[in-house]
Amino acid sequence: MAYLRALGCYLPSRVVENSEVAPLVGVDAGWLLEATGIEQRRFAAPEESVASLGARAAEACLENAGLAAREVGLVVVASGSAEQRFPGPASAIGAALGIPGTPAIDLPMASAGSLFGLALGARLCRDYGNVLVVGAEIMSRVVRLEPAFRDTAILFGDGAGACLLSEQPGFARVADSILCTDGEFRQALHLDLDAPLAMDGRTIILQAARKLPRVISELLERNQCEPGRVGTFLMHQANLNLITRVARSLGVPEAKFYRNLGRYGNTSSASLLIAAAEWWRETGGSPTEPAVFAAFGAGLNWGALLAVPGACATGT
Amino acid sequence: MDKRTKIIEILRQLAGKPIDPTPDESLFESGLLDSFALADLVSALEAEFGVRIPDSSLRPRVFDTVTRIEALVESRS
Repeated sequence: MAYLRALGCYLPSRVVENSEVAPLVGVDAGWLLEATGIEQRRFAAPEESVASLGARAAEACLENAGLAAREVGLVVVASGSAEQRFPGPASAIGAALGIPGTPAIDLPMASAGSLFGLALGARLCRDYGNVLVVGAEIMSRVVRLEPAFRDTAILFGDGAGACLLSEQPGFARVADSILCTDGEFRQALHLDLDAPLAMDGRTIILQAARKLPRVISELLERNQCEPGRVGTFLMHQANLNLITRVARSLGVPEAKFYRNLGRYGNTSSASLLIAAAEWWRETGGSPTEPAVFAAFGAGLNWGALLAVPGACATGT
Repeated sequence: MDKRTKIIEILRQLAGKPIDPTPDESLFESGLLDSFALADLVSALEAEFGVRIPDSSLRPRVFDTVTRIEALVESRS
């Protein structure tokens, strides 16, 4: 049995408003807000890396857990925007935490990577003890702020989140999870070497609007949990319209879906853990109702995870 | 009401205005259908015609014209 023990996040200090992005891509700032729901996003500083953002989030998470880095048995890092083909940022994050010898593995997955990390990490706690899952992205370096790339340039931001999983009781128990992949649509969202991120937005929305409600429903049904019993739905912060449609499909109030897209934009695989960290902090570290984590992204990969309040709350 | 007429009626409801697309007019290029209306269109077609459109058929080009939508519905009926 695995528990969520603590969360943490790190957002770069540079706030980039729509008024800065809009003229670069040839649109009006008001239109940008109306079309995306994004008011601002964060961009990493030149000296920052995917690993350095991830390490900051990991440190915040461990501090919130009251756990020393040496007590971590496995590090799992999700990122679709890592600077190198290999090694991925996991080993650098392990080094930054000062835990040589501790295995650190990468999930090179955009958007849904953190969800996959949580689900797999929960299954690995038995063998590795404390599992630290990190999602870190510098999306500002894989898009081009030019009119020709407007559709993707306006959406993304940088940041990192982290979650500590353990067999030791935490604030919520990982009750179940479902992970899925459909490679038939893998070209709908991809990032090639030396080219900006490419996205067929219509296909992504069409597939996500179908697959996300379905996987969440399947997860809840097989755990005898009515959607109305879920306190909070934590989704990858891709698009406000998508969140609205998922809520409508499930028949639950949109207010139950945590949203911070307006402040950070789409931070790809970091977004789920950033949202979860902020939600967890807002609950005082002790949520009292079940929570559903869900994400959809390149691959196509998608899934959902059900967490229910644990035997005892962790300190915050 | 035939299939084509029903499809156009669904598109009008999604657009929220009295549109009248020609059979082979691109619904995307003409601005009559955006990404999210497209997702709603799929649900509306399934409900109206009692068909199940599989994920593998959820490709935008399949829904780009009234003629193509009609062909899809026909193939699933």
